[in-house]
Amino acid sequence: MNNYWKTNLKYLSILLSVWFIVSFGFGILFVDFMNQFQIGGFKLGFWFAQQGSIYVFVVLIFMYVFLMNRLDDKNPN
Amino acid sequence: MEQQTWVWVMVGITFTLYIGIAIWSRASSTKEFYVAGEGVSPIANGMATAADWMSAASFISMAGIISFAGYDGSVYLMGWTGGYVLLALLLAPYLRKFGKFTVPDFIGDRYYSNTARAVAVFCALIVSFTYIAGQMRGVGLVFSRYLSVDINTGVFIGMAIVLFYAVLGGMKGITYTQVAQYCVLIFAFLVPAIFISMIMTGVAIPQIGMGSQGADGVYLLEKLDGLHRELGFHLYTSGSKSKLDVFLITAALMLGTAGLPHVIVRFFTVKKVRDARKSAGWALLFIAILYTTAPAIALFARTNLIQTVSNQPYETLPEWFSNWESTGLLSYNDKNGDGLVQYVADPKINELIIDKDIIVMANPEIANLPNWVIGLMAAGALAAALSTAAGLLLVISSSVSHDLLKKMIKPDISEKGELIAARTASVFAVILAGYFGINPPDFVAATVALAFGLAAASFFPAIVMGIFSKRMNKEGVISGMVVGISLMLFYMMKFKLGFFGGGTSEKWWFGVSPEGFGTLAMCANIVVALVVSYRTDPPPENVQLMIDEIRKP
Repeated sequence: MNNYWKTNLKYLSILLSVWFIVSFGFGILFVDFMNQFQIGGFKLGFWFAQQGSIYVFVVLIFMYVFLMNRLDDKNPN
Repeated sequence: MEQQTWVWVMVGITFTLYIGIAIWSRASSTKEFYVAGEGVSPIANGMATAADWMSAASFISMAGIISFAGYDGSVYLMGWTGGYVLLALLLAPYLRKFGKFTVPDFIGDRYYSNTARAVAVFCALIVSFTYIAGQMRGVGLVFSRYLSVDINTGVFIGMAIVLFYAVLGGMKGITYTQVAQYCVLIFAFLVPAIFISMIMTGVAIPQIGMGSQGADGVYLLEKLDGLHRELGFHLYTSGSKSKLDVFLITAALMLGTAGLPHVIVRFFTVKKVRDARKSAGWALLFIAILYTTAPAIALFARTNLIQTVSNQPYETLPEWFSNWESTGLLSYNDKNGDGLVQYVADPKINELIIDKDIIVMANPEIANLPNWVIGLMAAGALAAALSTAAGLLLVISSSVSHDLLKKMIKPDISEKGELIAARTASVFAVILAGYFGINPPDFVAATVALAFGLAAASFFPAIVMGIFSKRMNKEGVISGMVVGISLMLFYMMKFKLGFFGGGTSEKWWFGVSPEGFGTLAMCANIVVALVVSYRTDPPPENVQLMIDEIRKP
């Protein structure tokens, strides 16, 4: 397996872990725990479920775009 | 001007715009017809994907569903956005690199088998038809509610418009009309939301207004939780569904989103692999604008509604109440005869029944917004329904003309012949969709949400395994897809439509609802595919080389 593909898989596993933690973790599995905390008028778990996870999703894709563009430039083909 | 006049003006202007774009962007080759000549910029493709994706249901019903479900409504918010992360990271770049026209194209070539291709075509048609019938119905409903024409007439007008630009322009026409439709629908969604956020919290950004204090200094969410407790509803910020079910429904919606052929095919239209990644990011950003505003509208509308009607004398309710009562979307029955509106959780004493669609549609009136906003809402709702219908139509017509005709039945067909076949197929698809819009089979409403389960159980694992596993072969993937989609169809028919003896929610396997079952069906697909593929021969050399090629930058 070449390095390009390995690096890609590493990025994928990191970004997808974050994807899982903010939505399924903070928003669903640990929502009751997170709800003890408060930001503004939001309970934190509720905020992640209805707002926060979506913002993180957008950031994750653009991070992947950035990382892969950099990687592509290093591996001209 | 009167409300009705404004509606006609707004709808007229936007429809003229769509037709103008269609004439300007006619398709002259199959490449233009199927993938817009692979020349769409990432931002334009992002907008088109967003419009394609957000249907009449997202525009009209979603905020209403969240308004009544509170925290439980989060499954739609996370489910219908999180799928784009999977799409951008696991599917879109590789499929673009592969560089063909359709999803069955990929499955057929990667699994070197026309049987696999046929199974994929079958799955694509099932998923797309369950979805498009709902859209045509949506077009009809919007026309009938805003313009007081007959629902069937509305469906005919919608069919004529879609037919015109989809048949003429193919993917190219659809893409650029969808860009315009996105602008119309997002503007129409945001304007009332911003007004209402200003009125209720003094903050112009609804996403922030949602977490702010009302005029009395109490946080809106706390106030609504309080009202809910008083009236016996479950708390707005906590759920009533089981955690397992919320988890599985969210997962099914995400996996299904990433597996929907009409969404995937949009990433074939950009120039380069880089653009495919980037445009998935733009698409999600454009979608997120609506999806983060919807829960704010849900909260404002719910609070507003309860405060306006709860325990108020029926006689003094504002005018919008009687306007919407006459459409049948609101109904009041003074059970205890005290002349007050009792709106509570207990169905025995509750006197008010509210349709969820009212939350978005009556919003401008509840907040006393000017008449042009209502015209705008009508145009926005139509844009949402038409753009989704057109995208689905293209998948159906390319499945027939490209995957079936060109790849399986008559490989020597000329470019011109294929283009004619593609146009003919889309005419028939519109007529069929229109027929289902006018005579909706009972299962339509029940199954649109389940289209995601079907896509999750069939396409998503087949494509992802095709990219990330070199060992996966045709035997494995075909048996996986067949098992996945059959299980999902069986579960859906048994528990949603009452076939095979039916069953109530107590009979659900492991307590999983049909909406969440797609996740389990997908797991079954993967397990079967892995077991079968390791007991049969690995894929041939040239396919392994093809996978290597897809993985390179």
